[in-house]
Amino acid sequence: MKKVLSVLVLLLVCAVTYAGGYRVSLQGQKSLAMGHTGVAVVNSAELAFFNPAGLIHLENKLNISVGGFGVFSDVAYQNTQFGTSAQTESPVGTPVYLYASYKVSEKFALGLAVYTPYGSTVEYPTDWSGSHLVNSIELSSIYVQPLFSWEVVEGRFSIGGGPILAIGSVNFNRNLTRNLTDIDGNRSNVTIDAAGITEFGYSVSAMLNIDNQDKWKLGFNYRSQIDVQVEAGDGEAVFANIPNSPLAPIANGTFDFTASLPLPAEWTWGLSYKPNDKWLFAFDYNYAEWSAYDSLDLNFLAADGSVALESINPRNYKDASTIRFGMQYSPMDKLDLRVGYYFDESPVQDGFFAPETPRNDSDGFTAGLSFNVSEKLAIDASFLYLKFKEVDASYDAFLESDGTPAPFAGTYKSSAVVAGLGLSYKL
Amino acid sequence: MKKFIKYIAIPVVAFGFVACEPEFDTPIDDGTFYTSGEADFSNYVALGNSLTAGFADSALYITGQENSYPNIMAQQFALAGGGDFSQPLMNDNLGGLLLGGNQITQNRFVLATDENGNPGPAILAGMPTTDVGNVLSGNFNNMGVPGAKSFHLVAPGYGNVAGVPTGQANPYYARFASSPDATVLGDAIAQNPTFFSLWIGNNDILGYATSGGSGVDQTGNFDPTTYGSNDITDPNVFASVYEQQVSTLVGTGAQGALVNLPDVTSIPFFTTVPAQAIPLDAATAATLNAAFGAYNTQVLPGLAQFGVITPAEAAARQINFAEGANFVTMQDDDLTDISAIIQGPPFNLDPITAGVLATLRQATASDLVPLTAAGVLGTQNEETFNLLTSLGVPAEQAAQQSINGVTVPLADQFVLSTTEQARITTAQQAYNATIQELASNLDLAYVDARAALQQVASGGTSFNGGVLTSTFVTGGAFSLDGVHPTPRGYALTANTIIDAVNTQYGSTIPNVDLGDYATITLSNDVN
Repeated sequence: MKKVLSVLVLLLVCAVTYAGGYRVSLQGQKSLAMGHTGVAVVNSAELAFFNPAGLIHLENKLNISVGGFGVFSDVAYQNTQFGTSAQTESPVGTPVYLYASYKVSEKFALGLAVYTPYGSTVEYPTDWSGSHLVNSIELSSIYVQPLFSWEVVEGRFSIGGGPILAIGSVNFNRNLTRNLTDIDGNRSNVTIDAAGITEFGYSVSAMLNIDNQDKWKLGFNYRSQIDVQVEAGDGEAVFANIPNSPLAPIANGTFDFTASLPLPAEWTWGLSYKPNDKWLFAFDYNYAEWSAYDSLDLNFLAADGSVALESINPRNYKDASTIRFGMQYSPMDKLDLRVGYYFDESPVQDGFFAPETPRNDSDGFTAGLSFNVSEKLAIDASFLYLKFKEVDASYDAFLESDGTPAPFAGTYKSSAVVAGLGLSYKL
Repeated sequence: MKKFIKYIAIPVVAFGFVACEPEFDTPIDDGTFYTSGEADFSNYVALGNSLTAGFADSALYITGQENSYPNIMAQQFALAGGGDFSQPLMNDNLGGLLLGGNQITQNRFVLATDENGNPGPAILAGMPTTDVGNVLSGNFNNMGVPGAKSFHLVAPGYGNVAGVPTGQANPYYARFASSPDATVLGDAIAQNPTFFSLWIGNNDILGYATSGGSGVDQTGNFDPTTYGSNDITDPNVFASVYEQQVSTLVGTGAQGALVNLPDVTSIPFFTTVPAQAIPLDAATAATLNAAFGAYNTQVLPGLAQFGVITPAEAAARQINFAEGANFVTMQDDDLTDISAIIQGPPFNLDPITAGVLATLRQATASDLVPLTAAGVLGTQNEETFNLLTSLGVPAEQAAQQSINGVTVPLADQFVLSTTEQARITTAQQAYNATIQELASNLDLAYVDARAALQQVASGGTSFNGGVLTSTFVTGGAFSLDGVHPTPRGYALTANTIIDAVNTQYGSTIPNVDLGDYATITLSNDVN
């Protein structure tokens, strides 16, 4: 264990971070280590996220999984035409989770899931060449979800699900234009900040024991779209370094704003095969309805409630899929070893590559292990290396104030390493 | 157990090293992506005048200096071995200069709105803090001195603070001259530049141009110490001092770029106010034509008949108004002054009328009216009005005889006549021939700023996010003084020079994105 820990420390030393997109698929150590599969895997309380229908199949009455991740990731940008470059100095992202299930009867279990499925933290150097699109963004969400799991057909078929309470917050700073400054050359910028926005959604799931021998399982999970709506009064937008002129787009000061950001619906189908106690194979397919993210539109409101300034930011995302594979090998009772791979398709379309979510297609390589301290307690660890190709991309939807398009183009290269630790407890 | 952990640990360590930093296959900031070719940008020194200093909006101020073309170039040079670039920064963004605590130059222009919301240039309010007597120490890569003419760069004492009040020295150079008797060229050479740019000579014609040709064309006078500030420098004097400067710079082993002189007709200072600027209705036009009737039909033909003026001049001096937009009336000091002769017989005109008619003509489409006339045209000339009323002329009639650009001809300083333009063009072409020949002979980069600005003035230059034109206020290229570029205009200048340098030296310095540079500055903090 010491060696593993020292590796973790080593990873911490390279304090670079990346958080592309804003779906953060880090919902469990055991799952991540197997390519973030788990819809058809009956393994631990992590099912509360992946497939609550499976919770009833856990052997123990009480199951708890808790853990967190360190996301070390960054993105570099350069433009060979103009010689501009930048690299994010993003802080370490720390998604966490807590899952619990309790068997009320042989056929019925209740559960609770707390997790952070969406979030993004990207910090570029202030006033970098893309600062009219983003200087920094910190987007986070916490989902709290009470769950049920009901075995409808004994040994064969179960369903599950529950309502979701989503708590979202956002902090975002960008410069107003490519060159507007106050009299001393300080770039005019806006910071929007809203926290504790609550919305509701739900998830439903099902699990089928195909061969009735617990070798082949089929799983399905659907999590609904949740729109985080910021209404007037929910947050504030602070404009700074605006020149003192009625010709400026807006004045310095604090404004109410409205905005809406979708946390898209996600469908997952999964298949698992457990030939014996030593081996487990899993396959998941995710389909995320990213097309809901059409445009990020903000309205900044004057004191009388009228729109003082609007900001239209087309995103034009497309629905995107992820294909996941994972396997587990248990050489002894004390130890489970896991590896996995996934291919993550980017929802970003050509010409809409915004540096606030600089995400292109990626390959995820995962590994991990569980050390079963006792019958009841296991320590889980997982690692993810997300491999991105260097990509030439542009965001073409930015318009100058006179309506002339001013594409922001360049080459992006992202990197991400994630390390996680967690505990599983069963009683 | 240990065995298994080893299996996990080794790939994990590998992951960590692979993924720590996002690294490009060919990173542009590793010092090898862009190349300097045969040039060496490690110590770049820029020589010139206000354009080199980053002067804009009628003043020099910090943000303007930060966007000077040499500073923009130096930032790009830094991608291929370029070193630090220091500038004699002003103390604030107001731009006015103090001498001994007294303000000697005005603050910068900003774009302000009046009480009706109409935008227009206005002077930024505030007490400036840059005192000329507070001499900076150290070397400065940017040796641009606002106001400098070609011969000033080699004139000892041009940076002597003591000479500023008498006009013998330049307040901007006095701020950072290495000693009171230093020369700009000497201070530049002392820095052992590896690369230089030289853009000088604009003021050798521009003072004459912006003053509406009120100076003297000194062609033939080889002693620049006798020149006034609005005079045209003799092309031989220019050639002599320019060659001295270039050969001195090249003599240190430095490479460099020589920038030619743009046309005055490329700048909004001369293209914003039309010569055909006076709107009249039919009745007023008829009244005015009646008033000038005797001048057109008797005075001019009579003078031509006496041989005082040529028939061609008599024709050119006809004054005619019509309903609609009319050309302004003006005093043209290249015409024969007839004020004395028409006070005698047979005309016997009064001195006031004679003064109006002295060198009177109506402007043509070829005459240029400087921006400074914008606030004058069509307004009542109070001096004339008061004079006339004091002589007993009824107020209504006096008012009609006191309209600037109509009954009160524009003074010489408010019109750059075709004759005056021709003098400027002759000198400019001679200077540019010198610059191009030297660049060619010494294998230096030759920068055709003239062509670049012609492009901006005639149709515009496209960039990512718009088109840069020379239209006043809205075109983006020129600051509110109508002469000096905006940061975006300076960025275009930097790109133009970079392109020429790349061509000459085989370097691969990238351009900058013009859209990242600001245009005019908004502020209602005005007087």
